[in-house]
Formats: sequence, structure tokens, C-alpha cells
Amino acid sequence: MKLMLLGDEAVARGGMDAGISGIYAYPGTPSTEIMEYVQNSETASENNIFCEWSANEKTAMEAALGMSFAGKRTMVCMKHVGLNVAADAFMNSAITGVNGGFLIAVADDPSMHSSQNEQDSRYYGKFAMIPVLEPANQQEAYDMVFHGFRLSEKYKVPVMLRLTTRLSHSRSAVKPVKPIDQKKILLPSDPRQFILLPAIARQRYRVLLNSQRDFESESENSPFNSLSEGSDKSTGFIACGLAYNYLMEVFGEKKLDHPVLKISQYPLPRHLVEKIKNECAKLLILEEGYPLVEEMLRGYPVYDHKITGRLDGTLPRDGELNPDHVARAAGFSVKEGLQVPSVVKNRPPSLCKGCGHIDMYNALNVVIDSFGAGSVFSDIGCYTLGALEPFNAINSCVDMGASITMAKGAADAGLHPSVCVIGDSTFTHSGMTGLLDAVNDKSPITVIIADNATTGMTGGQASAATGRIENICAGIGVEHDHIRIIDPLKKHHFENVAVIKEEIEYKGVSVIIARRECIQAVMKKKKAAG
Amino acid sequence: MKTNIIIAGVGGQGILSIAACIGMAAINSGMYLKQSEVHGMSQRGGAVLSNLRLSDTEISSDLIPLGQAGIIISVEPMESLRYLPWLAEDGWLVTNTTPVKNISNYPEMEELLAEIKAVRNHVVIDADEIARKIGSSRYSNMVVLGAAVPFIGLEYRSFEDGIAGIFEKKGRDVIEMNLQALKAGYKVSGKMV
Repeated sequence: MKLMLLGDEAVARGGMDAGISGIYAYPGTPSTEIMEYVQNSETASENNIFCEWSANEKTAMEAALGMSFAGKRTMVCMKHVGLNVAADAFMNSAITGVNGGFLIAVADDPSMHSSQNEQDSRYYGKFAMIPVLEPANQQEAYDMVFHGFRLSEKYKVPVMLRLTTRLSHSRSAVKPVKPIDQKKILLPSDPRQFILLPAIARQRYRVLLNSQRDFESESENSPFNSLSEGSDKSTGFIACGLAYNYLMEVFGEKKLDHPVLKISQYPLPRHLVEKIKNECAKLLILEEGYPLVEEMLRGYPVYDHKITGRLDGTLPRDGELNPDHVARAAGFSVKEGLQVPSVVKNRPPSLCKGCGHIDMYNALNVVIDSFGAGSVFSDIGCYTLGALEPFNAINSCVDMGASITMAKGAADAGLHPSVCVIGDSTFTHSGMTGLLDAVNDKSPITVIIADNATTGMTGGQASAATGRIENICAGIGVEHDHIRIIDPLKKHHFENVAVIKEEIEYKGVSVIIARRECIQAVMKKKKAAG
Repeated sequence: MKTNIIIAGVGGQGILSIAACIGMAAINSGMYLKQSEVHGMSQRGGAVLSNLRLSDTEISSDLIPLGQAGIIISVEPMESLRYLPWLAEDGWLVTNTTPVKNISNYPEMEELLAEIKAVRNHVVIDADEIARKIGSSRYSNMVVLGAAVPFIGLEYRSFEDGIAGIFEKKGRDVIEMNLQALKAGYKVSGKMV
């Protein structure tokens, strides 16, 4: 039997079939569908696989580590920038090592289709000194989950599975294997393994260092890395992950008579790399993301002219690869079709018709106009679209939660008004601690929580504190009189303007909860009800 | 046999249903398939596309190389032109004429139609109007698919099975409406081939 699966779904299915007892994640494009596949699976629910969203990537990573501590197989999933949030737990999990198999699935977004940057998670893998797997296709994504768990349990180490947008969101046939049963609870054989007090941490770090040679030898012998011979040694190709497909596409039916090293498991297989480097006059390095392998092979300070790729301009320095980039770099001509006519205009994403954020921004803009624009901080969510026409309502979008803290810093600097707009899910992800800072310092900021009771941009996943936002704000210490709830509807425009104005004039922390359910969620419910 | 298809539209117009239907038709016909989709930010009313590749041999790239798409299927006229660099010289452009005007500088319809008609092989169809006659404009995506069927290289039958498969959970009526929409679109371009 074959299944048609997105790359993300192949990872999820791989996890279920490899006997995970739980999966932890916070939604983030392009990683969201991993968790969703498990949540929608009847088998997963029959087998009692834990699959609830976490408040953020750090809590997800830590909970998964706890499940591994208990001896069970577990996966944690996030987008590339989510790994920044989870980085503390991530880096230290490499030092503690793991007990039950522990797989970290990270989906990078080169070309920034839905992200603020295109950082390459393979650097994190190298930084943490753990094995990294990078599938080239959906079947490999599935198979690698099993392989990853074997590695993880063999060396008691977390293993990263790195995806990129194009594989995450592309569907192809996957042949599953017979599922494995979940593990039983089994505590770590060393009761002090997870206690990173300096004396133990030093020992644990040496364990990790001593494993490096083993990781390298696993890469040399990995079924996912392979060196294929070729008699034309004028150019050799090193193709990492998805880039391998483009190389195969470009040669198509033409004979590829060059040495090709396919890399889908790191650390780099030293001997294989050495072999292809020594036998070829020139190497073209194809990698989806940053030029990690290329940088390593170039060396420093001597510039090795033999190595070509993203750093010498043979391939674009940024953005995702595609078959046309690879064709040109490999010396083939590309036969482009007709030009895009000039009548075609950009069509950026926009807030949905009937979205509460529209009415919230319309009210906020009236008040801000009276002070002069330029002092509204925001961050990541559907409400970031307030940056575009016709609203032009926000002046920052940096990371999850940064709206509140940047507003605080600006207010500390004396900026007035200092307003921020944050969503309900982003607030519970990373906004609450910043609000506590503002409350403790009585910073004069106005926090608008655009509460649509869901995680909207990623497709409407559960939000961590639906219905409890005002209680959380009160608990953090925002004064009762300055927690205001408004209904962002056109008919309430003038009263909403008045509330926002009042709270901006208040010289302390105020929170305005603009509460109206996401229109997409409402329509989905209506549809389901028939 | 190899067919590369670009499906274009605006987030929320149901291009993934078209892709799923072709995908199911291809799989039932024993073909290899790769289908790249847009998820995330652009789904909020932005330009969206899907790359669909069918072949009787294994497919490497998830993305279609420039100049190698045999068909562009678009549910929106301006979007039909956005991916012309990918259309093969002898490729077909199949597009709906009902615009989605969610931007302030949307071009004049005459200009768009002139550009569409400048493409050598084109099928222009008011799918929303045809779908309305059947019952509701929400079936317009299947009208457009029907109009593209003659250029895909699979049996008409396999698309009917595809529709029955992907709308199975929605019930007999929904399947029936989609089948009618498919047939209405097919009739328009069937005459041209």
C-alpha cells in the first residue's frame, strides 16, 4: 500500500509507525502539518499518542525531553525560528543526552515564504554537535524517522531531522512499513545523566565530544549518503538533501558521468568528501539554505578556487534552490517561456473579509493619527498584515512576543504613545513574561491583544489560553481598571476609539483585549454544522 | 508520458481541490506524482500556486523547471499570466475569466484578456457563470478543471473517479454537483481539441 503524503506528513507517519508515545509542537509554517497529521489520525488516538499543542517551542522541547527521560520515543516539531525559542533546551539536550529516542524535526523556510528570516538549522545541529538528517524526498523523510530513532537510542543523543518548505509542502507516494510498538517506561540507567551541574555537565560534554567520531562513521556508512562514480572528473557535485533532486532533474535522461556525492546525513562523511574533493578538478556544492558545506570545504584563510557554489556566485547567495539555478550552475541552458506581462500586479496576502483585526486597526489608526504615526509595535501573526495597505498600522515585526517588550523599551526611552499589538496565541507563546516586566516597571504602554481565539496564520490551531486572557493579565498584575475588553466590529467603532484613547492617555500598563473569533474559524464551524 | 501542470489562483479559491483531483486521477492511472503546494501566509488572499508533475517514470524535482509546464490551469485571469515563464512553447493556458479584485490596482479586464489571447494555445472560460447555472459559483474550480482535462493526458473517466474520491465524505450531492461542473467545463474545451 502506498500513501500520498506531504513531506511533513511523511515525518508524522514515520513517527507514529516508529512507536512514538508523544509529539510536541507549536504551529509554524512550514512545520505545522506534522502535528496535525497525528492529531487527525484515528490510529494515533487509538494508540493514545500524546498530540496536543504546546504553548511555545521551548515548552514543547522540554516536555519531549521529559518523555525521553521516561524511556519513550518522542518527537518535537517546529519551524526554523522556533528553534531559536527552544535553543536553550535544545543545546543542553545534546549535553544531557537522551534516554528514549528523541527526534527534533525542524522545517526551514528558505526564500522566507512565511518567515522573518531563512536561517539554516543545520548550523544548530553542528553547534549542538548532534547528527542531522536531511531527506531528499518524502520516502526518505519517512524512512529517516526510523533511522533517526535508531541513532538516537544507540548513542543516547538527540537527532535533528531537517526539512525545508519545498519538501514539507510537497506530496508524493510513500510506502510505509509495519508499525513498531511503543516502548515501556524505563528510567535512565544513570540517575544523574540529566543533572547538568558543572561537575556532571563537564563529564556529559566529554561523552558528547567522544561520540563525534562515531557520528562521523555513521555518516560514512549511512544508507542516505552515497558517492556515485563518474569518469568526467572536471566537475564533481556534492548535493545536500533536496538539492540532489534538482541535480537529477537537470541531467534527466542525459548521462550524468560526473562523481556525485549525495549528502543526507551529517556530520559530513569525511572520507567520502575527501575522495570526491581529491579526484575532481572542481566541485559544485548544492545545498538548500546557507552555504554550510561550502564554507567548510573552502577552508580559511586560503581561498580554495576549486570549490564553487553560493559563495562565489555560481548559485544565488540567498533563497531556495530550484532546478533552473542548478541547471545554469551545471552549465545547461534554461529555456524560459514568455515574460510575465506588466499588467500582472503583485497580490500580497491580506486580512480576510470580515476579520476582527480590520476593525481593531481602523479604530487604532484613528487614535494614532491624532498623535502622529510611528509608535505601534507588533510581531508575528495574521495581525502582522496590518503593516500593509490600507492600514499601514504597525512599525515593527521582529519575533514572537517582541511587540510588548519593544513597546516597553521605547516607553522607557520616553516615547509616547507606545502601543503594541499582539495576538492571543503569540501572547501566551512569548508575551506574558514581557508584560510582567512592564507591570513591574510601571512602563506606560498600551497592549492591544487581538484575541481571535485561535492560532490564525497557521490555519486555526488551538490557542493556549482561550477565554482566560484577562485572568492571565490580572494575575500578572495589570490593574483591573486597565484591562478593557472591546468587540472589534464596525458598529462599535466610536466606543472602541474612545477606549483606546483613554488607555493611551493612562500613564501605566493597560491591556485592551479586542475579542472576536477568527472569521475562518466561524465559517468552518458553520460549514461543519451544515 | 510526462505532464507538468501549474495550478494558479488566489488563496481560498480551492486550487488544492483541483490538485487533489488530478492527483487522484493520476494515481488511479498508475502514474508517479509530485505535488508541491503553497501553505501559510499566502493562503490569506495572496497569489497561490501548485506545481503538479505526473509521469510514468520516477520524478526527481518537486518544482517544474522554467519553460516545461504543459498546462497552466488558473481559476483567476490575472493569476493565469503570473507563471508564463514556466509555460512550454506548445503549452496550454486554461483560465477562468472571473476576477478576484482584492487589490486596489487590479488591471483592466481588456488588457488581461489581450495578454491571455496572445498566448498561442489558450482556453478562456467564464467558469463562475457556468457554475452558477449548475447551482453555485463555488463549483467554478471544477469547471476550470473540466476545461483542462483534454490537455492533461488522462482518461476523462479517471477525473470522475478522482472527484468521487476526494469529495467522498461530503456526500452524494456534492459529488454530483462537482461532476456536472467538470462535464460543463469539458464540453467547452472538448470542442476546441
